[in-house]
Amino acid sequence: MADIAVIDYGMGNLRSVQQSLRKVAPTASIILTSDPQEVARAGRVIFPGQGAMPDCMREMDERGLRSAVLDAAKNKPFLGICIGLQMLFEHSTEGNITGLGILRGQVVRFASHLLDQQGDKLKIPHMGWNQVHRVAKHPLWQGIAQDARFYFVHSYYVIPQDAAIVQANTDYPTPFVCAVARDNLFAVQFHPEKSQDVGLTLLKNFVDWKP
Amino acid sequence: MLAKRIIPCLDVMAGRVVKGVSFVELRDAGDPVEIAHGYDTQGADELIFLDITASSDNRGILFRMIEKVAEQVFIPLTVGGGVRQVADVRDLLNAGADKVSINTSAVLNPQLVADAAGRYGSQCIVVAIDAKQTSTGHWEVFTHGGRNATGLDVVAWAMRMEELGAGEILLTSMDRDGSKIGFDLQLTRAVVDAVEIPLIASGGAGNLQHLVDGIKQGGADAVLAASIFHFGEYTLTQAKQYMAKQGIEVRL
Repeated sequence: MADIAVIDYGMGNLRSVQQSLRKVAPTASIILTSDPQEVARAGRVIFPGQGAMPDCMREMDERGLRSAVLDAAKNKPFLGICIGLQMLFEHSTEGNITGLGILRGQVVRFASHLLDQQGDKLKIPHMGWNQVHRVAKHPLWQGIAQDARFYFVHSYYVIPQDAAIVQANTDYPTPFVCAVARDNLFAVQFHPEKSQDVGLTLLKNFVDWKP
Repeated sequence: MLAKRIIPCLDVMAGRVVKGVSFVELRDAGDPVEIAHGYDTQGADELIFLDITASSDNRGILFRMIEKVAEQVFIPLTVGGGVRQVADVRDLLNAGADKVSINTSAVLNPQLVADAAGRYGSQCIVVAIDAKQTSTGHWEVFTHGGRNATGLDVVAWAMRMEELGAGEILLTSMDRDGSKIGFDLQLTRAVVDAVEIPLIASGGAGNLQHLVDGIKQGGADAVLAASIFHFGEYTLTQAKQYMAKQGIEVRL
């Protein structure tokens, strides 16, 4: 039984996730797996994802991982990253697809032709280091400064229906939700595995988390 | 607010970092893993590795190098050079790259950009454009490490690449590469104004004011530099502090 299972459905830069976990948890057993049984047996689960959400949903289902993901999201420390956050919601306008529906709300695209605070064209994808403004306390933020910068790369963002799950916002150009949490579940739009010290701190907090 | 990025670029040849002037006259600059680790801890926002030999016998060396770098570096890594098919994109991502840069093959086979973005997402597909000025306000796309003219207009080409799914443009002025006289700001501005995806300005950074100019005047989202960091003229921290003083949002 692995300490940490990183769910592999062929749609993420899993090697980066794995390397970062090895760095913060050198003695833990960490597996990349597309086997629902292994996900079910793991102590904690990371649900990453990159690319387009319709492809991610399809690849996940083709590997028979849906019920394992649903189960892990209810029962053990669970961290969603990027599309792994978006897929938890009910619906995305990206390909007009239905998500897992674990969390209520929508996934929508940044509007085109917006301007930033300085009057420059707002680029899509939102790519680079942006500030994460926390609005709630959570053990996963321990040791991370308010408004610390994490690495983002995405064109869609989540709009949760339940304000109580919102953990943090980021401005682009107006605030969007970049982190949510509920019970044993935590999910972020940014990439902690690519966010140097602050990202490694968050992953370490996840590895130590006892919800 | 989103920070502007500083990206050290490591040209690699047979497992070593090298640096040239106007794409020739290569100097050895050191071991890729050591250099990458140094930049990671000094505050680089991303790293780009360009395999400038890109011949098939060097691919194995490149993959092993990326794997080693990825073990020690916790910021985004872009790798380019010799990417010819979707399988190359997959192999580089599997080795530990976060983004893959496509240059010559995008010109020879534009569908590759669409296929790679369709399979792995736009966020990991960078299209690199080597641009040479032909007349005032006009630049032509060159391929094969700057050796072959294509007849393509740089601005139109950047727009086409965005349409096919590129997530970012890495724009290098061949006229300025290694010159240390500053980015081609007109070129940078012309492409920035034509596309909605982020743009990395490259070619010509010789001092810290050049980095500021690339962002403020050129409108770039990120600036790439090699020589000024490899040979110790400036540190990443100095560069960022200078940019912050000029009112640019950076990650310090």
